[in-house]
Amino acid sequence: MSAATLIRNGRIEADDYQWPDDADPIPGRGRIVVGLDRWRAEADALNRNDLQVGVALPNTADIESLEHGVLERPLLVLCFPGFADGRAYSQARLLRRRGYHGELRASGDAVVLDQLQSMMRCGFDSFALRADQDPQRCLDAHRAFDLAYQPLDAATPLVSRLRRSTAP
Amino acid sequence: MYQYDQYDQRLVDQRVAQFRDQTRRFLDGQLPEEEYRALRLRNGLYIQRFAPMLRIAIPYGLLASRQLRMLAHIARTYDKGYGHFTTRQNMQFNWPRLEDVPDILADLASVQMHAIQTSGNCIRNITADHLAGVAADELVDPRPYCELTRQWATFHPEFNWLPRKFKIAFSSSTTDRAATRVHDIGVHIVRNAAGELGYTIYVGGGLGRMPMIGHAIREFLPQAQLLSYLDAVLRVYNRLGRRDNMHRARIKILVKDLGPQRFAELVEAEWAQVRATADGAALDFGDADLQRMATHFDAPAYRTEAAADRRYESAIAGDSAFAAFARRNVREHRVPGYKIVFVSLKGPGIAPGDITAEQMDRVAELADRYSFGELRATHDQNLVLADVAQEDVHAVWSALREIGLATPNIGLLTDMICCPGLDFCALANAGSIGVAQDINDRFDSLDHLYDIGEIKLKMSGCMNGCGHHTVGHIGILGVDKKGEEWYQVTLGGSAENDATLGDRTGPSFSRDEIADAVQRIVEVYLEQRRDEDESFLACYRRIGMAPFKAHLYPTEVAA
Ligand code: SF4
Repeated sequence: MSAATLIRNGRIEADDYQWPDDADPIPGRGRIVVGLDRWRAEADALNRNDLQVGVALPNTADIESLEHGVLERPLLVLCFPGFADGRAYSQARLLRRRGYHGELRASGDAVVLDQLQSMMRCGFDSFALRADQDPQRCLDAHRAFDLAYQPLDAATPLVSRLRRSTAP
Repeated sequence: MYQYDQYDQRLVDQRVAQFRDQTRRFLDGQLPEEEYRALRLRNGLYIQRFAPMLRIAIPYGLLASRQLRMLAHIARTYDKGYGHFTTRQNMQFNWPRLEDVPDILADLASVQMHAIQTSGNCIRNITADHLAGVAADELVDPRPYCELTRQWATFHPEFNWLPRKFKIAFSSSTTDRAATRVHDIGVHIVRNAAGELGYTIYVGGGLGRMPMIGHAIREFLPQAQLLSYLDAVLRVYNRLGRRDNMHRARIKILVKDLGPQRFAELVEAEWAQVRATADGAALDFGDADLQRMATHFDAPAYRTEAAADRRYESAIAGDSAFAAFARRNVREHRVPGYKIVFVSLKGPGIAPGDITAEQMDRVAELADRYSFGELRATHDQNLVLADVAQEDVHAVWSALREIGLATPNIGLLTDMICCPGLDFCALANAGSIGVAQDINDRFDSLDHLYDIGEIKLKMSGCMNGCGHHTVGHIGILGVDKKGEEWYQVTLGGSAENDATLGDRTGPSFSRDEIADAVQRIVEVYLEQRRDEDESFLACYRRIGMAPFKAHLYPTEVAA
């Protein structure tokens, strides 16, 4: 998983997180990603100053009832298990609505050129590209549409706002 | 009607460019087949029994003459010279080449048309009353609300990968002509006791293999807040709708499994959260937005002197063929001196909803000359010239008659809804077009048809129910019995305000028997009705299934 090319902050970056298996011991320091279950089971051991812990959420997780500790993580990873399974889009919006400010990463089969812009607009800011993707082309994915009808994100100019400003 | 501004045009153009690139990547082997499939569906492109099929959006059924001319051009250039109007007010072409589709979409974009979200598991084309703006029983014109909703739904990034397709229909009149209660969301525009405009929201209706009538989950929603409420419904569905079985993935199953009450609570809770953030207000219609949108649908420049002209009445008196047309295909207009004229796409010898390129061009001409350059597609698969001065109706009729589109059968038995069936659809169990022909032949005497009066006959080639058979007064469903085509019949369905699902008559009928079965059903009705004013539906509701059964299956009853 960590082998995937990562697009973050609009450029290709190295993934600075380790992804230990659930059975592996927790390292002494550094950045790691664990699943939600492990985070809950071992929160005390994981909540240390010398460790930066991201949490990967299954796409069935109920964001509204998520405990605060999770929302304070520096990284949350949402999963798209199939190309056409869009549940994590709503999860992303709900996380941002609940005030989550950290890195929000998309992972899985839908993290492809044709879906990146929609993910960005729903609040994702980091993308573990599917292995077959051309990273250079994916860097331009946000250019497919340079306007939007829905008031979702600050980055894409909103049609209704443009209309109000140009109305006679 | 609505005119794109530079922003709408830019988005549609960018979509064409995106799809051109996706098609190129697919043809180059860079885009997996399964993914291209999902992407092309969102641009209206299916692969059907014989060839790709392209479904073009006609938002809420409204079409300008130049757009119809473009459809004629596409039919001629890229297809076999004809097109097909669907039960969702869209147009389908059955023979385009996949490689040509980006060019077709570019042609469409040049007249402010597209095929966006006409297929796939996303929010589909918004439909509405085909008499919007001219119907006498209308509270307000629903089209400004439809267009605002269309824009919100277009490329909505969160709701493009739903568990299943999602259809929204609007109605604003006492007669629901848009079948809203068999949609995923039906929006009824209403006024509350305080006189304020708003909506009643129905959720979870649908046809197909588990037909259901939608439940009212909110009695009154204030006018400004429509989109935030739809947003909440869609979010609950996107999170909780089933994805393990595509036959149980529509929102109607979620509503049924949770119970309408519980589903409504979840929506209300989500909606409260949306309202509590800036998102809620950001989605609200401002008064200025609504007004600006409404001006796109302003009434055309009707002439007041049109009401004084008497030529319409004298033409009726002097010509019985025209009188028949006036009686069946012309409806009263809200404005004195004007008429609503139906163009029948249900003549003998053509598949319901089919129209040739030449006919499209001629109808476009008539729209320009007599109906302010606009026309509408109905969900019964006919066309409407909605604003014809009464003095011109005779000329319109003559012109329609020359091109075979003046069959005076609107609302009658032969004005049936019918899906493409085995002739075009890969999913079909049985043919529907041939059966439609047989029934047409059987009832070819117009006098007989008039005597029967209003009957909605609806036919689908399989359980998916694209022909809306479950809400037909008479419904016919193609089923497969050991490789043979058989037909199951239901009676008493309705898609109007009193929406109900039809009841099955009993064992299905073979291809040879089905036209006869329809005739027997009609015979029972004619014999049992109280008088000519008792409609088929009213009669069925009064007398029930037994007399029909007895006449349809005489030997079984005797045995
Ligand atoms: S009802 Fe069935 S046969 Fe008819 S168009 Fe729909 S899927 Fe095809």
